[in-house]
Amino acid sequence: MELAQSFVEQPLYKRLKPSDWLYAVLVLVAAGQAWRLYNPFMDGYEQAILAGSAIGLVALGWFWKAWRWFFPLSASVALLGISLYHGELARAQTAFWLKFLLSSQSAIMWMCTLFFLATLVYWAGLLTRSAMLSRMGSGLTWAAAVMGGAGLFVRWYESYLIGSDVGHIPVSNLYEVFILFTLITALMYLYYEARFATRQAGAFVLLVISAAVGFILWYSFDRQAHEIQPLIPALQSWWMKIHVPANFVGYGAFAMSAMLGVAELLVLKGVLKDRLPSAEVLDEMMYKAISIGFLFFTIATILGAMWAADAWGGYWSWDPKETWALIVWLNYAAWLHIRLVKGWRGEPLAWWAVIGLLVTTFAFLGVNMYLTGLHSYGGL
Amino acid sequence: MTKNSRNTAVYKLYELFSSMRFAIGLLTILAIASIIGTVLKQNEPYPNYAFEFGQYWFAVFEQLGLYDVYHSGWFLTILAFLVLSTSLCILRNGPGFIKDMKAYREKASDNSLAAIKHSVELPADKVDPDTLRAYLRGQGWRWREHQREDGSLVLAAKKGAASKLGYFFAHIALVVICIGGLMDGNLPLKLAEMVGSVVPETRDIPQSQIPSQSRLSTANLSFRGNVTIAEGKSGDVVFLNAGNGYLVQELPFTVSLKKFYVDYYSNGMPKLFASDIVVTDKASGKVTEAQVKVNHPLIVDGVAIYQASFGDGGSPLSLKAWNLEAPQMQPVDIKGISMGSQPLRANGKDYNLEFGELRVFNIENMSGKTDDAAGKSLSQRMQDAREVKHEKQLKNIGPSISFKLRDKQGQAVEFHHYMAPIQQDGVSYMVAGVRSKVSEPFQYLRLPLDDKLSLDRFMRLRSAFMNPALYDEIAQRTTAKAMQGSAISPAMQQQFAGSVKWILARFAQGGFVALEQFLDEKVPQDKRQAVAQTYVKILQGAVVDVMNVADAKAGLPPVAMDSQHYRFLLDSLVGISALHDYQAPVLLQLQGFDQVQASGLQLTRSPGKNLVYLGSLMLVIGIILMFYVREVRLWLRCGTASVRLAMSSNRHNRDLDEDFRRRSEAIQQLVRGK
Repeated sequence: MELAQSFVEQPLYKRLKPSDWLYAVLVLVAAGQAWRLYNPFMDGYEQAILAGSAIGLVALGWFWKAWRWFFPLSASVALLGISLYHGELARAQTAFWLKFLLSSQSAIMWMCTLFFLATLVYWAGLLTRSAMLSRMGSGLTWAAAVMGGAGLFVRWYESYLIGSDVGHIPVSNLYEVFILFTLITALMYLYYEARFATRQAGAFVLLVISAAVGFILWYSFDRQAHEIQPLIPALQSWWMKIHVPANFVGYGAFAMSAMLGVAELLVLKGVLKDRLPSAEVLDEMMYKAISIGFLFFTIATILGAMWAADAWGGYWSWDPKETWALIVWLNYAAWLHIRLVKGWRGEPLAWWAVIGLLVTTFAFLGVNMYLTGLHSYGGL
Repeated sequence: MTKNSRNTAVYKLYELFSSMRFAIGLLTILAIASIIGTVLKQNEPYPNYAFEFGQYWFAVFEQLGLYDVYHSGWFLTILAFLVLSTSLCILRNGPGFIKDMKAYREKASDNSLAAIKHSVELPADKVDPDTLRAYLRGQGWRWREHQREDGSLVLAAKKGAASKLGYFFAHIALVVICIGGLMDGNLPLKLAEMVGSVVPETRDIPQSQIPSQSRLSTANLSFRGNVTIAEGKSGDVVFLNAGNGYLVQELPFTVSLKKFYVDYYSNGMPKLFASDIVVTDKASGKVTEAQVKVNHPLIVDGVAIYQASFGDGGSPLSLKAWNLEAPQMQPVDIKGISMGSQPLRANGKDYNLEFGELRVFNIENMSGKTDDAAGKSLSQRMQDAREVKHEKQLKNIGPSISFKLRDKQGQAVEFHHYMAPIQQDGVSYMVAGVRSKVSEPFQYLRLPLDDKLSLDRFMRLRSAFMNPALYDEIAQRTTAKAMQGSAISPAMQQQFAGSVKWILARFAQGGFVALEQFLDEKVPQDKRQAVAQTYVKILQGAVVDVMNVADAKAGLPPVAMDSQHYRFLLDSLVGISALHDYQAPVLLQLQGFDQVQASGLQLTRSPGKNLVYLGSLMLVIGIILMFYVREVRLWLRCGTASVRLAMSSNRHNRDLDEDFRRRSEAIQQLVRGK
């Protein structure tokens, strides 16, 4: 009987360590401080979003232990940057640390550099079978994510320095969401990397992130897209704070699943077979990514529909963006049915996941580039 | 079911419709069909399609309903089949799933337990069912027991039965969402159009004259239409897009627009669109006053009112008309209303004056620097990439009006005039644009303004140019000036005066172009440049005298000939010359306006919305339950010297392998009785 007691599953709160509680207190104090400072400027929905984010961040930290140091670190880097501004945007060009590291654009350029380096190092690790290099790849990806997170936070602050009526969360145009995309994809990959104890797939997932980074650089240097623009009336809504991030969890997960699909296809063809994880592991990671992506994409599409009901006069207008979101959704719904009900595995589903990325990319970018509609918030 | 009934055609159809391959097929067809509507722009005016595809394909595509794919019969049929297929799938699998959710399968035989993939026979020293029960309880399992006749005891446990519940949530959700969507779709309306009880109106006629067959009563369950209301006006209908025409939807209330607001950021991007509206119920007289903004609709009696667009609601304008063909005439004040048209009679000819939009703000980038990155140095680019804010010289250059002047033959020329003086290099101009084809950009001309920022002096100068009776005096003054400066000899005096008069006449007749034309036709090529320079010199000298004569004739003192005023005269020469391309008998100068804006409102009634939201919530709950609640079953068959542990899950994945390994170790420890 006593022995059986030792197998009793403890409730969650008993399994938490002091460090978990410390993290929770830290997040709640930070949220309380944000509340104290900005409460008068937020409407009820935004206050609810702040409270919900605090709870969500605590839950995420308890669920994924690495988040407990990542988030506070990234936020601290951002706060350090913000403290150097003294309320003047022009200091971004004069103060040393802002100019070379902590202003949003500098931080984002560091993120870009670190992602490129991580890609190279992951590939070197994969090809030379060096566990040390692969570990470095992880480290560089983490560092890139820290800088990317900090860059977005600082950008949020900078937007208010331009004008109190200009300020907004940096998820409002194609440039900003591309940063969000690289950040979310990288973090999701890092989670699964630890969960499945395999670093070799990083070489593939980082390829899609590097492609996005290449786009960010082109968009910034050639098109000056990094300039902070105020929000047009249609985007002035608290819905943006939840709709966009939810969508990018979906896009990030689908992008990751496609790259895992590529890796699986190579393994099945015998290429890099002895260097990459087994096809079963990659298959399982791909399924996990698609199921989380599908959940968030569903939520994001529903949130988008509810926003459309507030902004465009109807929850569904068959706008190109809405229609393509439906197509993406149908695609992955079919994928999941085939896998779960028919029990398919391996090559066909891996191909399907790769093709799924093309569909997703068109919904994300192609609609903005080639089709006209209400959802034209980021042209090229 | 009996074997017989399984072979009937109805059953086979049922089996097909409820099958997964049919559902997957439908999903694929739906996805492909949806693409059509995103590639081909929907609900455009029909002539656009006819122009794009040609008459034959236009008719074919119209028959296929491609101009409104998502409301076409065949698309709705696919959706209906999806609802049917999902419903049948639930009916087919539901009972089994419910049974499965309730069952513990405690009566499983030894053979079937051994056949499970994750199954192991553990040797036991002492099998104490209480220890195993405590283990299961501690881990949160629910279980049932079965005492077999052979004396062994089976503990059948399970966890995560809610996973199956997820199936019901997610699939019923789809049916709920589709029903909600069909409620809000215009299905009943389409049926009414098909039987002919509702006929879309295609003519552009006043709302009150639209016949009842094109009007929908307030009883209409759901609609989505638009109406434009000017400030101070009201509306009690909305217009619904219906194929090639439109329908009029009666509203249960009247919407009046008190005021429309538009606000811009300093960079010219729009910041706020808002309408102050008053909604008065027709039956009860209840009044609701509110401001609707983008993202903040007003909901009255289940009808949501949205800020959709805005425009000019017909603003009273006052204009000064300068008769260009009779320059001696004083300007005339005329009144007009933007977005309206009125007759205009000038110099014995009739025209129709059609006003376009009055734009009060025109924000332009005055820095003149293009954002072209090609010519930038690397360090400049690095610098740019670091800054999130770039300085731009944006300026509001004030109100503008566009209008068309249509002659009796129906030929129209379009104009775009700015009201406020526009400063360029420290000089003020009136800027007017003209074009004769809509496809062309406006050609802008700049008319210099005098010290009082009016066109008076320019028009006086032009009038003198156009008046040959003054040429003698002008030529005399110019010649005298030339003599004084010893530019010409006394012998040439007569000839020089003649040249001045000739140049004045030629310029008055066709501007610089007329002089150039003469040079091209009559002067040998090698001498053209020298002669042209002489002409320009004479003109630049004479223009001072033209001005002085004009002022003297009007009884005004001569202007001091400083550089600023001389510049005015040179600009005037350009202006007079350019007015030859102006293609209108009158120049209309906007003097003032009383802005009346119009707000475009969208009104919708969508009773299915809450159903769709309910379905969406169920869908999310369903997906979470299906993917993140793992259904696991566990059996412990307690024999005398061994315990069999078997585990199964609805997902065959690594989690189960790991779980099984951990549990078999634990059970092994428990039954060894250490």
